[in-house]
Amino acid sequence: MAEIAADARHDPEAAAATRRYFWGRFLVYAVLTLFAVIYLAPLLVVVFNSLREQSDIARNGLISLPRSFRLDAWAQAWGTYCVSGTCEGMKRNFFNSLWMTIPATLISTLLGAMNGYVLSKWRFKGSEILFNLMLLGVFMPGQISLMPWAFLLGKLGLTNSTYGLVLIHVVQGISFTTLFCRNFYVSIPDDLIKAARIDGAGFWRIFRKIILPLSPPILIVTVIWQFTGIWNEYLFGVVFTSGQQQPITAALVALTAGGTTARAYDVMSAAVLIGALPPLLIYLFGGKYFVRGLTQGAIK
Amino acid sequence: MSTRDLTVPVAATATPWRQRLGTMVPILVLAPSLAASFIYVFVFTLWTLYLSLSSSSLMPTYGFVGLDNYASLWANRRWNIAYTNLFLFSGFYIVGSMAIGLLLAILIDQRVRGEAVWRTIFLYPLAVSFIVTGTVWSWLYNPVDGIQAFVRGLGWTDFSFALTANRNTAIYAVIITGIWQSSGFAMALFLAGLRSVDPDLIKAAQIDGASVSRTYRKVILPTIAPIFLAVAVIQIQFAIKTFDLVAALTRGGPGVSTTFPAIYVYDLMFQRGQIGEGAAAAMMMLAALAVVLVPYSLWIVWRRRAEGRNG
Repeated sequence: MAEIAADARHDPEAAAATRRYFWGRFLVYAVLTLFAVIYLAPLLVVVFNSLREQSDIARNGLISLPRSFRLDAWAQAWGTYCVSGTCEGMKRNFFNSLWMTIPATLISTLLGAMNGYVLSKWRFKGSEILFNLMLLGVFMPGQISLMPWAFLLGKLGLTNSTYGLVLIHVVQGISFTTLFCRNFYVSIPDDLIKAARIDGAGFWRIFRKIILPLSPPILIVTVIWQFTGIWNEYLFGVVFTSGQQQPITAALVALTAGGTTARAYDVMSAAVLIGALPPLLIYLFGGKYFVRGLTQGAIK
Repeated sequence: MSTRDLTVPVAATATPWRQRLGTMVPILVLAPSLAASFIYVFVFTLWTLYLSLSSSSLMPTYGFVGLDNYASLWANRRWNIAYTNLFLFSGFYIVGSMAIGLLLAILIDQRVRGEAVWRTIFLYPLAVSFIVTGTVWSWLYNPVDGIQAFVRGLGWTDFSFALTANRNTAIYAVIITGIWQSSGFAMALFLAGLRSVDPDLIKAAQIDGASVSRTYRKVILPTIAPIFLAVAVIQIQFAIKTFDLVAALTRGGPGVSTTFPAIYVYDLMFQRGQIGEGAAAAMMMLAALAVVLVPYSLWIVWRRRAEGRNG
């Protein structure tokens, strides 16, 4: 850098190049900063509003630096805020979402890993065709399955229950998890499996001793994908559950839709953040692996 | 396997039985998922197809009415608005988020400091639900409390920004919010693509004296062309399935100006008790997806074959 600067003093062409380089760098950071502000602003607005007093919001508008600070809105949104007659806040819906998302994520990921293992390392006649058929599930719009699910859940006695939603999300998720895992396992050398089979290892032994230890990169992708997808899902939640059984997405819509009176932005902001927090945390801790894994094999 | 089993002496019956079970294990493991997927994809689709040809109203019934539901669907003004909105939204949303995604990816690719921080900032909306995004943006669009009030408060008193309050502009509010949510995703895929370009290729272009912008236009972007298509297909899928975003942002309004097919299906089936017509609308959504995905899958298969031949 110093050398270029020194040269620049008596070389007008080099001086121009340095200047161009500087302005280029400046432009890159300026545009990135502009977009970063646009991306972060809504998050900041919500965080601020969840900490401001309602009177402060009413007086100074939604977009304003906080002139008051309190945590009441969070407590209300969590435990006591009233939505259509029941005053229990979001905590019940939060746990509904949790008890729906965790089992559905684990079951669909486990099934996906085993399916992917079979479809990549234990291929049989027609297994490629079966894999492609399973893939179609990735593209199905949820609306196609609404009436059949309504009928099936009714027959199984699972309407308006978290178990029903777990079932839906597992069935819907299998195609994604199988796709991710299969594409990842294909890159594990077949010789490794052959050697293990010659040594007498069977289907399950190879799965436990060879495949699973190599799986963390893809299992992280699958778990993040499934967890955020299921937690954030709205259509099935709003169609198949009501009131206290609703997952948090459906409850959020009910909460923010209600009210002809002045809107309680402070409580609604806190509620929105409660609903957004689990997938955000998962993303913040695992996002690095997610992007890497997604671009390594999942999207191909 | 079975022919070899025949040669095994009768005395060792235990082994072939276990052996045969052994060869069955992979299929047994796959079977439940396969059955579930088969029911989900084929049985459910045929079921809904059948409902769309039936006289179902409040409850599913199986009186056959042919294409009546489709006819009355396409005769409905609201459905036509929904379908037009879908095209408008898909077009702007895909072009917008790809353009911004590509811009951000190229900028980040200029060896910027703190790359991980930038990436995290642009990608975090992906982790948040459309419900959350839609809710928050509906507040920002609200003329009384949101952006308009903020700018007026700064002193520009006749500033006007009330997209969601107007029938003709509400769709653009949905588009902007959709782009905000998913351009980070496009960025991540593009960035991965840019990183996968052979460095020698770029060096060769630079040695030939090509400028940065020329290198991008003539060398780098053409080599990642397949990624453009992949991003577009993924985004189109989001667009066709758009339900949550609109449900939280505008609830289809003002009036019916931001109705989407996904919203309309829900309304017909669960608000108005017109299950047959709702099923017909759902089938039209599937048709829209097929129009995009079938050619794309054929192209992928063709490309793989071509690569197989060449490599």
